[in-house]
Amino acid sequence: MDLATNMLTKIWILPAVMAGSFVVILLVGKRLPERGRAMIGIVAVALCFVLSLLSAFGWTQRVDSEDAGVVACGSARYQEPIVGGMAEHGDVGAPKSEGGAEADAEAAAARTAPLVVGESAAALPTSVAAEEEGAEEEHHSTPPVMCAWTWFEIGTPGAAVAQESDAHAEGSADGDHAETVSADNQANGLFEFGFLADGLTVMMLITVTFISLLVHIYSLEYLHGDVRHTHYYAFLSLFTSAMLFYVSSSNTLQMLVGWELVGLCSFGLIGHWWEEKDNSDAALKAFLTNRVGDVGLILGVIITFFAAGATSFNVLHLNEYALSDGANQALLLVGALCLFGGVTSKSGQFPLHTWLPDAMAGPTPVSALIHAATMVVAGVYLIARLYAVFFEGLNIQYNSINYVAVIGGITVLGGALLAFVQTDLKKVLAYSTISQLGYMVMALGVGAWTAGVFHLFTHAFFKACLFLGAGSVAHACHHTFEMGKMGGLHKYMKTTYWTFTIATLALIGLFPMAGFWSKDEILAGAAQGQDQSYTLMFVFGVLGAICTAAYMTRAWFLTFRGEYRGHGTPHESPKVMTVPLVLLCAGAVAFGFLNFPFTDTFPFSLMPEGLTLRFEHYVEPTFAFPEEFAHPKFDWRIALLTTVLAVVSMLAAYQFYGPRFGRSPFHGWSKKQPFAFFYKVLVNKYYLDVLYTDIIVRHTKGAVARAAYWVNMHIIDPVVVGAGVVARVAGGFVYKFVDQGAIDRVVNASGTASDESGQLLRRVQTGKVQQYAALFFGGAILFAFFLVLFV
Amino acid sequence: MLLNQFLFLAAALFCIGVYGVMARRNAVMVLMSIELILNAVNINLVAFSTFLRDPSGSVFALFVIAVAAAEVGVGLALVLMLFRNKKSIDIDDVDLLKG
Amino acid sequence: MSPILADVSVLVAQNIAFGILAVGMIIAALKVVTTKNVVHAALYLVLVLAGVAAQYILLASEFVAVTQVLVYIGAIVVLFLFGIMLTEARLGESDNLDNKPMRPYAAAIGVLMLALLTFVLYDEWGSDELLVAGATTAELGQTTEQVSDAIFSAYLVPFEVISVLLLAALIGAIVLARRD
Repeated sequence: MDLATNMLTKIWILPAVMAGSFVVILLVGKRLPERGRAMIGIVAVALCFVLSLLSAFGWTQRVDSEDAGVVACGSARYQEPIVGGMAEHGDVGAPKSEGGAEADAEAAAARTAPLVVGESAAALPTSVAAEEEGAEEEHHSTPPVMCAWTWFEIGTPGAAVAQESDAHAEGSADGDHAETVSADNQANGLFEFGFLADGLTVMMLITVTFISLLVHIYSLEYLHGDVRHTHYYAFLSLFTSAMLFYVSSSNTLQMLVGWELVGLCSFGLIGHWWEEKDNSDAALKAFLTNRVGDVGLILGVIITFFAAGATSFNVLHLNEYALSDGANQALLLVGALCLFGGVTSKSGQFPLHTWLPDAMAGPTPVSALIHAATMVVAGVYLIARLYAVFFEGLNIQYNSINYVAVIGGITVLGGALLAFVQTDLKKVLAYSTISQLGYMVMALGVGAWTAGVFHLFTHAFFKACLFLGAGSVAHACHHTFEMGKMGGLHKYMKTTYWTFTIATLALIGLFPMAGFWSKDEILAGAAQGQDQSYTLMFVFGVLGAICTAAYMTRAWFLTFRGEYRGHGTPHESPKVMTVPLVLLCAGAVAFGFLNFPFTDTFPFSLMPEGLTLRFEHYVEPTFAFPEEFAHPKFDWRIALLTTVLAVVSMLAAYQFYGPRFGRSPFHGWSKKQPFAFFYKVLVNKYYLDVLYTDIIVRHTKGAVARAAYWVNMHIIDPVVVGAGVVARVAGGFVYKFVDQGAIDRVVNASGTASDESGQLLRRVQTGKVQQYAALFFGGAILFAFFLVLFV
Repeated sequence: MLLNQFLFLAAALFCIGVYGVMARRNAVMVLMSIELILNAVNINLVAFSTFLRDPSGSVFALFVIAVAAAEVGVGLALVLMLFRNKKSIDIDDVDLLKG
Repeated sequence: MSPILADVSVLVAQNIAFGILAVGMIIAALKVVTTKNVVHAALYLVLVLAGVAAQYILLASEFVAVTQVLVYIGAIVVLFLFGIMLTEARLGESDNLDNKPMRPYAAAIGVLMLALLTFVLYDEWGSDELLVAGATTAELGQTTEQVSDAIFSAYLVPFEVISVLLLAALIGAIVLARRD
């Protein structure tokens, strides 16, 4: 087997390498020079990047080779996909291991159990015919590569293997797909530690490693001379490791671990300069808000586990269950909504988005990596990974509105509106991130899976470019992000200016940048929907696009155009910082073409078919994925509409915030009624922070806590004390009346009785013989009497 | 003659003797009452002996007489000792075993 | 040749004799236990003992009768009199001879015992004839010959034991009554 595919089974190497880098930096980083310890991180990430490219290559090979069968190693178990007609894969041939003499012996045994591959490297089973569903869409059912080790099993060990071999034998013999959840694992609960490699994973690996690498390099200059340099790089490595671990997990329990770890790293990195109270407050806010959402996440994990038969946390198993005919839709809905609670907090959806803008207190490279490109998309990734659960639970196919899509839509607009009133450049970008995350969630909510994931991919690049550009700007302007102190920088920082501009255009979604392709695919998906079109979401999306254009133009103008309002002379940042910008910008331009739509209309039909929809082709997993699933078709009308609207909005914003307001961009309409009211609401962030901190938390801290204390002191304590008092009184009573009164009297009485009786009997002994004689004769008469009478 | 006559006589003597043992204060008197008892018994013995035509009863009566003699001798010796010690043979005075 | 006792007139005479003797004995016995004079009590005792001897004669046991007179009246009563003398009993009437508190109890016991015994005796041997007309003394088996035959054949060992007992009593009495 070639190296690339082998890499897929060894995907655990990536998080392991980064974890190793974390440990090394912690242990020896302090003794190394600055560059040295940074180099450890950079080398590790670069290695991981290379490996992720290799994995991607391996995956594309696997997809293209049409006989890719199930590959599992360790103790992983799973069956062929049983969705629709996919199960007809014919017989699974004998696994071929290179030079393995035991292959023949295994062949017969493994014929019905292609899954267990023991110690030998996972071999590609041959002669498995992959069915290709015809018609317009190409569905490759490429099974993912899974490597897992069971660390805990409930029930009879080994029964799972036996059961599923039987089930599989039946399944493949008849050729029709099983109606219920596969018979493996039915009797057992499997807790496994495993890694899953498929298109989605590979895409995330590339994204995370690439951006992490650029951020590592960028931080060389940005955090030069920082007070906690080692700490920072250590956390960066840990974060990367955790994120890689998270995206390559094979089961929800493991994903929980990764999820929490990235939350921890976010906390540590936001509060990097914790000497200022604002920074540590922001870190706490981020962590605690995420914790609120995590309640939902944990509940969702548990509910899906039990819904799917309480046998496994494996994502494939969960998806399979969701798509099976006997799935409990209500339970899936509840599980999906609970999981979405976690997504709400981690991916900054309304109403738990409040932590994201405050998280800008951390260093800018951190913001670029964590709060733009990678960590915040963890929630989106969760939905994408467990999509069958969401699809079936929320009934995406047959509805025209559902909770996830609505929240996504609200987030799009809410975030976009808030970006208008910010004076801090990073805060503008933060709200922009919130808005774009809303797009991704909305896309997933309306059923446009590929569109959402593709947007995740492209957004990572241009948003990271924007953030690093903002960092570059701040670096030049003596570390301030206030746009009031910027302006006219296009004269001084050419590279930053051009990369920022291109990235802005990509974000706004103008042809031919990446944002254009991904955003329009989302809008098309909303407009076309599945069975019915999600019209409301479409409207949200279009409005959001308009706002995006406007506020980004505002920010761009205030930062780069006009005249410089600060003091001193800004200068361009060093190459270490600008080269990553250029690279990201290139990605922002080029990567849009990865998912070039396939249409018949001119001029798009010019594109050779083999180059279209590459992203979708490789990334979209059709294994354990809903089959009757409409893909959005590229609609040039929507594209034209949004482009026109965006351009119009840009011009309007330019007029609004442009040279006319050159001297003081902050006064004007925002004071006039009725705009003043809206302005106030936006400045106060819809009063959500007030609600959370002042109302909920303060009352819990104050009134609720006081009430609990009162209950404790006046209700619970008296009961306890009362019990003690009652016991004491009872004891006293028993002592006085029972012990001393009754029992002692009895005891004393017995003594007195014997004494008295002794006194009485003593009188018989008079010493007088005649009395003895009298008694003697009297007794004799008595005896004689009885003798005579009765004998 | 009926056998009964002698037996009644013996019973009467016996009971009078019992009365005398309990009611007399003088030790010698008590001994005399004991003699009455013994003689009653003897009459019984001899009467039955004659009734049953067997000399064994008479033999036993002889033995009783002998023993009575011995007993009186020893008894009076005791009374004498008692008198020597207490200068009185009032039985009520001999109550050293009073409890 | 044994005298014949079977004559009816002899039987009647025996009954009368018995009756007189019995009455006399009972009165004398009562006197023994109630008289206030010690010496008189002893003399009444003599009467009782003599009456007992006469009863023996009536019962055709002449040897026992003679022995009774010899031993009882001849020795035991003398002993009693010696005892009375040596214990310096008050001669003449004395009020202290009765244990006054005990008298009722003793009387009760005596009466009860008499009643019980009478009942038993009547119940059991109510009508057994002692002498049958025409029986000889030898048939009654109480002649001296027969008694001595019995002593020296069947009851030899008890006879010897009695001898030793008498010896022991003798020695004991002497030892007890020594003045030292």
